[in-house]
Amino acid sequence: MAESPFKADIERVQKEYSEKMTPGAIARIPGSSVINKTGSWRVFMPEFNRDKCVRCYLCYIYCPEPAIYLDEENYPVFDYDYCKGCGICANECPVDAIVMVRETK
Amino acid sequence: MAVRKSPITTREYWAPGHAACAGCGCATALKLATKAFSEAMEEKYGDPNAFAIAQATGCMEVVSAVFPYTAWKAPWVHVAFENAAAAASGVEAAWKKLGRKGKILAIGGDGGTADIGMQALSGMLERRHNVVYLMYDNEAYMNTGIQRSSSTPYGAWTTTSPPGKYSIGEDKPKKWVALIAAAHQVPYVATASIGNPFDFVKKMKKAAKVDGPAFVQVHCTCPTGWKSPLEKGVEIARLAIETGVWPLFEIENGDFFNIKIQAPGGGAKVKREGGRVVAIEFKKPIEEYLKLQGRFKHLFKQPEAIDEMREQIKAMWKVLGVDVTLPKPEE
Repeated sequence: MAESPFKADIERVQKEYSEKMTPGAIARIPGSSVINKTGSWRVFMPEFNRDKCVRCYLCYIYCPEPAIYLDEENYPVFDYDYCKGCGICANECPVDAIVMVRETK
Repeated sequence: MAVRKSPITTREYWAPGHAACAGCGCATALKLATKAFSEAMEEKYGDPNAFAIAQATGCMEVVSAVFPYTAWKAPWVHVAFENAAAAASGVEAAWKKLGRKGKILAIGGDGGTADIGMQALSGMLERRHNVVYLMYDNEAYMNTGIQRSSSTPYGAWTTTSPPGKYSIGEDKPKKWVALIAAAHQVPYVATASIGNPFDFVKKMKKAAKVDGPAFVQVHCTCPTGWKSPLEKGVEIARLAIETGVWPLFEIENGDFFNIKIQAPGGGAKVKREGGRVVAIEFKKPIEEYLKLQGRFKHLFKQPEAIDEMREQIKAMWKVLGVDVTLPKPEE
């Protein structure tokens, strides 16, 4: 399983973040928004079928979060910590390798 | 099977966890823009990180920089609504003085560009700063609650242009900032759309590589403000190109007689003369674009408003030197 390209950011923000106000309201840690797990917004979740995938990269390009990254074989990996469940990936997938299913918690 | 390479760099400058609505087209646009910028900087200067961003207040500023967090992984400064272009000019001047290689990206929404930041933008283009201005055009002030901007298209519902007995919604045609920018005779002006991301990335890279100012206007969907289904965002943007509502063009050095127009696709017939597009026959009626969006719902009770919209689209293409035929839907 591939690692998220934001793994280092998540570790850094967990370690370095403090409540102290910075001069000039500077956000010192780049990409620190990774601490907000926006996956809880989701109603429908994308389910990925690896066998159908043709690696056209369209889902990877369109994902607004980005909650899709690529593994070693360039297949998309869905990061459910951040996926807001908009369904653009499923709508744009040319081979229907992604389907949206209602999430049960 | 040989693995195809990813068509775009896997370096990320736009981190997840930002507060944009689900299905936000502008977030996609900014993600692709920064990736394209870093590719261009790597090809031109050998350093993918040789850029800084100045961003005006707007949706994408509000969602990406909720203090104390930031979604940006590039040097980024937030400035007031009107002066993204002015701040970017200053950063560029400082970089020049310091001898730093690179380019500045200024980002503004359609309100921050077409209405409030027009003067700063014009000044930046006229002073020939080495800045790319990216206008993400979601066609209203979405961040403050969907008020009309001068970039709102004819017939659209917004909270300040409500349709009703005496109104059809927004009753003025859209202002094309790209054409105003091109009138400054800057090296590169283009329109793009998230409905055609490869074209957008290509144009962003070209804009980043030219010496001098460049302006890119990108059409991006807003499911909240357009009252459209979340998953249809990219489809709507693509339909805007295929029905002729959104033209894709490039103007270099303000040469209005040699506008490069990208084929819209969607079965449209393009007629060329001497390499120049002179006529386009669209096959999809604009109703296909309109019916997916709640902001145009009232127009289907007023068909004459849709006909007026067609006339305005034709007039806009006329400015680009193209004769278009827009079909009516089959009964």
